[in-house]
Amino acid sequence: MHLGVSESMRECEYSQISTRSSTPMETPYKKKTPKRRKWESFPGRNKFYCDGRIMMAKQTGVFYLTLVLILATCGLFFTFDCPFLALQLTPIIPVIGGVLFLFVLGSLLRTSFSDPGVLPRATPDEAADLERQIDVANGSTGYRPPPRTKEVVINGQTVKLKYCFTCKIFRPPRASHCSLCDNCVERFDHHCPWVGNCVGRRNYRFFYMFILSLSFLTIFIFAFVITHIILRSHHSGFLNALKDSPASVLEVVVCFFSVWSIVGLSGFHTYLISSNQTTNEDIKGSWSSKRGKDNYNPYSYGNIFTNCCAALCGPLPPSLIDRRGFIQSDAPQMAPPTNGITMYGATQSQQSHMAATTPLLQQQTSEPVILTASPENGILSGRTALSLGGPCTSLPLGQPTPPTSTPSLSCHEVVDMLPIHTHTHSHAHTHPHPHNHTHPLQDPMAHHHFLTPEEVPSPPGMLPCGSPMGHSPTVQAGFYNPASQDSLHEDSVRGLVKLSSV
Amino acid sequence: MRPQAAIASKVFIQRDYTSGTMCQFQTKLPSELEARIDKQQFEETVRTLNNLYAEAEKLGSQSFIEGCLACLTAYTVFLCMETHYEKVLKKIAKFIQEQNDKIYAPRGLLLTDPIERGLRVIEVTIFEDRSLTR
Repeated sequence: MHLGVSESMRECEYSQISTRSSTPMETPYKKKTPKRRKWESFPGRNKFYCDGRIMMAKQTGVFYLTLVLILATCGLFFTFDCPFLALQLTPIIPVIGGVLFLFVLGSLLRTSFSDPGVLPRATPDEAADLERQIDVANGSTGYRPPPRTKEVVINGQTVKLKYCFTCKIFRPPRASHCSLCDNCVERFDHHCPWVGNCVGRRNYRFFYMFILSLSFLTIFIFAFVITHIILRSHHSGFLNALKDSPASVLEVVVCFFSVWSIVGLSGFHTYLISSNQTTNEDIKGSWSSKRGKDNYNPYSYGNIFTNCCAALCGPLPPSLIDRRGFIQSDAPQMAPPTNGITMYGATQSQQSHMAATTPLLQQQTSEPVILTASPENGILSGRTALSLGGPCTSLPLGQPTPPTSTPSLSCHEVVDMLPIHTHTHSHAHTHPHPHNHTHPLQDPMAHHHFLTPEEVPSPPGMLPCGSPMGHSPTVQAGFYNPASQDSLHEDSVRGLVKLSSV
Repeated sequence: MRPQAAIASKVFIQRDYTSGTMCQFQTKLPSELEARIDKQQFEETVRTLNNLYAEAEKLGSQSFIEGCLACLTAYTVFLCMETHYEKVLKKIAKFIQEQNDKIYAPRGLLLTDPIERGLRVIEVTIFEDRSLTR
């Protein structure tokens, strides 16, 4: 018996599915559970504050140190040095100092609190699709899957795209996986502990503004504290001057050490911006001419001015992870509304982007995959997990079309390793290098070109809409019940057991 | 256990990185869709999407002015107005909705806005053609 299905199946299949059926099969208590926001089930190692508005790395100790240093030094400056300087020289000094201080603080907070450009992890469907394509590319040659890379030619340079085992995506060019935050970040520059966050595409300009203004502030304070001491020592001698304003000594010391590092860093990043490189690329020497005569940076616009404009004044892309959206865990019957797009403008999130409930499903799929030890379920587990991991446990264990056995079987040897891969990666969380995933099972480099879709065997008809796409406004009722997670896992296991007998 | 709705499979149109980090999608029609939709039509859709994304990320005078203004107002200006990128994303959402209504839905297909997949893929859901299975 089908819900909301009429006789005229030939046309407008799609609008059939868009009927919003009330699902009495859902247990009533689920509707009363409070809605959870997506940040609460974010798979990376980030910390969120203010209900998802603020996003930082896990280790924030050094960030607080930065804050304390800046606040304390500026506080001392305004309290002990500025009165004297305002009287003796000009009151503009504290004003400029104040403006600089506010700018530094603003850009620091903006860098630390914003999303650096995290790439959301692949939905189970996508991951399964990619895995399938890669497996077909490998064929059944050997049981050890070679490292997964894809080559692409950008502006005449060959760039290798690496597959991220944690996020299950091919990383876009210039993206990198941060091992501290456990996220892939677009245009990854570096992870800055002083700022307590990664520096990536979305907050690089704030970071640059921060270090630039901090350089000016440090030099400013240093210069004027020295001026203050000199002026005082004209009146009462050098030692007395130091005794009269001991704070100045502390400030001089802090500023002296900061100036070298901060100004140096600003200079370095100015160079990076003008050549349109990331710290990552510079350290690895990706585009240095030492690698080869024809090696050049394909992303550079050619002239310094354009590069600077692009980095600092270019359009600011929105956050791809929808932190404040609500987790929509709807049943497949709750198929998308007629527009097929989730409410771009209608969500309650500030960002108004409904990234698919990847975090939710990713969490849930990781375990079912591990549970499957049998190779036959290698591919299937990835997909069924998504269906069973969805909160609608009524999902199709009895799909009319049984999985096509041949393609799955041919990929056994390769697929065999897949659950283990995910197992290692979901549970180990150890990334030896921030930028590479050294995988124990990797073979030496083999280049894969992707097979055209024709060569990929047709997928088994097993992809129900586990990954919720539809987010019709009325379906905000929280079908996701954290309390029933365990029962969902049980169902997943039962479901998988059932499948293996198919 | 109720039998499921008519979703047969999903196809993913991957990103095309040949022009760099700009958001562009591959225009090649996947084999699973060949039976369902015309190649020209599909390529047209993807090309329009690519153009829209290029517009969003363009380094024009408008984005430059917006960036400078934002910097001067300490980014508080975005409390009142949307960024250029967000405006274009809304346009894209509307475009996809239109395409779904006019072209893809009658053929049993559904395009998902790439922003919901982190701008990684265009997800095309293929619905089962029950008229054949019954």
